[in-house]
Amino acid sequence: MKNFSYYRPATVEQAVSLLENRFGNTELLGGGTDLHDLQKEYVSQPARVVSLGGIAQLQTVQVAEKSVTIGAGRTLASISEHPQLRQLFPALATAAGEIAGPQLRNMATLGGNLCQRNRCWYFRDEHSNCLLKSGSTCFALDGENKYHSVFTQGSRCVAVTPSTIGPVLIALGASVEVQNAAGKRLVEIGRFFKAPNANGEREHALASNDVVVAVQIPVQGLTNAHYEVRQKLSSDWPIVQAAVSFQGGRNGEKATDVKIVLGQVAPVPHVAQAAMRAIENQSITEQTAAAAGQAATQGAKPLSQNAYKLKLIEVAVKRALLLASGARPYWLA
Amino acid sequence: MSSSKDSPKSGLSRRDFLRAGGAAATSVTGLAGATLETQAQPGQPPASHIPVLGPGPAKISLNVNGREMSTAVEPRVTLLDALRNYLDVTGCKRVCDRGTCGACTVMLEGKPVYSCSMLAVEAQGKAIRTAESLVDGGKLDPVPEKFVQFDAQQCGFCTPGFVVAMRAVLDRNPKATPEDVEQGLQGNICRCGTYEQMRDAIYSLCNRPRRS
Repeated sequence: MKNFSYYRPATVEQAVSLLENRFGNTELLGGGTDLHDLQKEYVSQPARVVSLGGIAQLQTVQVAEKSVTIGAGRTLASISEHPQLRQLFPALATAAGEIAGPQLRNMATLGGNLCQRNRCWYFRDEHSNCLLKSGSTCFALDGENKYHSVFTQGSRCVAVTPSTIGPVLIALGASVEVQNAAGKRLVEIGRFFKAPNANGEREHALASNDVVVAVQIPVQGLTNAHYEVRQKLSSDWPIVQAAVSFQGGRNGEKATDVKIVLGQVAPVPHVAQAAMRAIENQSITEQTAAAAGQAATQGAKPLSQNAYKLKLIEVAVKRALLLASGARPYWLA
Repeated sequence: MSSSKDSPKSGLSRRDFLRAGGAAATSVTGLAGATLETQAQPGQPPASHIPVLGPGPAKISLNVNGREMSTAVEPRVTLLDALRNYLDVTGCKRVCDRGTCGACTVMLEGKPVYSCSMLAVEAQGKAIRTAESLVDGGKLDPVPEKFVQFDAQQCGFCTPGFVVAMRAVLDRNPKATPEDVEQGLQGNICRCGTYEQMRDAIYSLCNRPRRS
């Protein structure tokens, strides 16, 4: 790891004052579980690291009648264990609680999860000069791409969005509270993620002098759930993930305002419009959920090694819908 | 795969870094522990006196197993390396060094964390517990004691991480079930594959009979 100066501001204003107008030289430090890995591989070589660990404001959780605000510094463990969050947003609590293992969840933060870099092995290899460094080629396009995008969305980089919290927050209609020198603003979560396509670009749409302060989730009585497919039951990255939310939809009731958002299949979270239309105003059964799962693969263009993900999309969407509807998870029996 | 043909790579290579590192470290030592005066942004209170450490070695104090220990580390030194190489607390082990295997597990304020993925400077002011705390005057804590009884290790290199993670579960919930303990071990790997003996130890710790 290249050495750096370590700053420990006590307020968000102080943190903002240390940031620069480009990414790379100064990095924000949340839990460190992503940044330090990148530093150890010399993929990230900041001269200055600004720790957010001393900012008390980032640790708050406020549960109000109309919305819930979660500080960006809250750990994934504290989110997955929070009784009110578990009750209101089981999709969020489940997703946060399934990430990696307990040690990592005790360190990794909400803000860090949203802003982390992608997991592409070409990007993370010090010696691979890919599109996101100073190269001009995405090596995964014709290379080892079994964990990459099946909806490339026109992006030249085909790495998948790494955040498993992102798709859940899109399904829940959340907004991200962002602060810079000009003040605070709210960014709708659907506009938060952006596919990087060159050196100096990130997996989100924020500027290098922005700090994620909190996430706001409206309380709308949405039925919601999250299901992810992994190769191992723990300490693994999902291969495909589905987050769903809707009004009603339990005990044979019809589901309306359905949202289905996929993770790990595209450079940004993928809103599965055809699947949403397929299940809208239907009661959720194994048949209707399976039909929505099939619809969720519409428009996919798998790469050379990842067509298997299409079947997993069908499974993830079907099971997330069934979980949300209150059906017995037959796959655990 | 072709590599770095397109343009020269930015930043230092490992070799350049090793060559320059020693000189850099000595030349900037004076900065350690300073505070930075920043300019006030328009419409904002002045952001002054932001604590800054490094890039040279900075004096830090860590509370390890109830003892205050101090040393000087560069900001890039992880908690794991500070414990092992600067403070000679060698229970926590360096295996993957990427927050995956669990051999470096320590408790921070009672919660298990990967010490390889945290800076030593970030652990200041927090109670750190390592595997060394699981023996008192030659008497083993029940967790490692059950490991011995059930032969729950082979090479033993992952064991300090496992016993700390297990102790964290039982401290938090003394009535934890074997399932709870196993959940708490999701972030640890044993490459020798002694999981079955560990299960015996866990069931015994939880006072449950284990059906084979």
